[in-house]
Amino acid sequence: MPMIELIDVSKNLAGKQVLDHMSLTVEKGETKVIIGRSGVGKSVTLKHIVRLLEPDAGIVKVEGLDVLSLKGKELNELHTQIGLVFQGGALFDSLTVGENVGFIFREHTDTKQSDIDERVKESLALVGLYGIENYMPADLSGGMKKRVALARAICTRPKIILYDEPTTGVDPITADAINLLIDELHDKLKITSIVVTHDMRSAYKVADRIAMLYEGKIIAEGTPDEIRYTHNPIVHQFITGAAHGPITEGQSSIVKNSD
Amino acid sequence: MFLTRKSFYIAVGEKVVNFIDFFGGLFSLTIQTISLIPSRPYGFRRVFEQAKKIGVDSLPIVLLVQFFIGMIMALQTAYIMQKMSSEIYIASIVAVSLTRELGPVITALIVAGRSGAGITAELGTMSVTEQVDALATLGSNPIKYLVVPRYLSLTFVMPILTIFANAVGIYGGYLICVYRLSIRSSMYMNMTFQSLVYKDLYTGLIKTVFFGMIIALVACYEGLNVRGGAEGVGKATTKSVVNTFILIIVADCFFTALFYFFWV
Repeated sequence: MPMIELIDVSKNLAGKQVLDHMSLTVEKGETKVIIGRSGVGKSVTLKHIVRLLEPDAGIVKVEGLDVLSLKGKELNELHTQIGLVFQGGALFDSLTVGENVGFIFREHTDTKQSDIDERVKESLALVGLYGIENYMPADLSGGMKKRVALARAICTRPKIILYDEPTTGVDPITADAINLLIDELHDKLKITSIVVTHDMRSAYKVADRIAMLYEGKIIAEGTPDEIRYTHNPIVHQFITGAAHGPITEGQSSIVKNSD
Repeated sequence: MFLTRKSFYIAVGEKVVNFIDFFGGLFSLTIQTISLIPSRPYGFRRVFEQAKKIGVDSLPIVLLVQFFIGMIMALQTAYIMQKMSSEIYIASIVAVSLTRELGPVITALIVAGRSGAGITAELGTMSVTEQVDALATLGSNPIKYLVVPRYLSLTFVMPILTIFANAVGIYGGYLICVYRLSIRSSMYMNMTFQSLVYKDLYTGLIKTVFFGMIIALVACYEGLNVRGGAEGVGKATTKSVVNTFILIIVADCFFTALFYFFWV
């Protein structure tokens, strides 16, 4: 049974058909990378998996359970099994790093404070951060915020982690460190992951399989090597970062101007 | 620029749709907020924190403004009363108009401008930085976590703030009458308490409970529905304050009419 399944999912946002009968399957323990241009619906796909968005049509399943049928406790249970690392970190400004990471335990369990502190420390250590529990998010750099967000996502030891543009907005060295971290977490915690990115270096590094989202559908899927040597002209243009090609044909004014 | 007939109808239609959208959304948020109050976790700590932030921190500005309002009321009333040699009634007019009307409404407008705007900006920033989505993915209902504590604290804090505001306003009037218009202190106090009846006080306080609800719900609604980054937060904050002011005045008119015709 696949860990995550999106079957024929469609979503229209503000008059734009973002997902159009899109289907995607992620197997247990697999790291799947979804690539695609900005605004193509990658983050929207992730939000459907945790039910921040509901599809206009189609089915979203996690471990065989239809996400749309979950209510109350079951939905909370789903949220403890899935960690979502937001693009900007989405750390709560008014809480310390420690309170952010241990949020779910503090709010929804009767766990003793000393046990929560221990769990927070462990989670931060897993992402390579030590002794910053009392810092406020505003005191952290962009890279550190992403790591803390990751620590918060893994604090409940979820079965699935969804990464929304984990390397966007950080320097190349931090980006590589985050890639290593994704790999390490995958190996250590045997987590199923979906990574949404347009950073191809990151995609090749962390992916077991890569899927490309284009015009609301997955148009190609394969191992990193299959994608790297693809004959699909759309995928080829995207992975090589070429300004000219089928994706930008008749679309981009920048391309037209440079002609 | 002249509007064509078609674009005029479109503009009017848009306004009507926005109006229905706003009240529909506000109604839905009200129902969800009230239904989530009894559910766990109760979050007393957050209610207390918000009450401190909204109530205690607003107290100095509320007191300062009401003190001046009390003095202004006394001076403006004196202008007429002196002509009729009825200065003695200034105390009664100040006391009744403050407790029935000016105390509750001015306090509500100050809290809406100060705390309501703050709530919209805070929740708006949380929305655009995906913190509200993060709450949901961490198993916390954003309405339960963010709206309920603000709603409860504003509902409880508004009457308390208004009681302080009334007292300070009356004191402002007292200073003008005693030290400027040479009315005896005991006479001023007598006239104040003689003219005030419990109904004056509690009809004023009942209104403030509803003003508190309006401030919290409009501020949270606008904050949670922010779109479009920093500019969106700015627009939502302005909209929140304007809508709250309008709704407070409309609600005030409604309650005043209700109390006038059916209660007092």
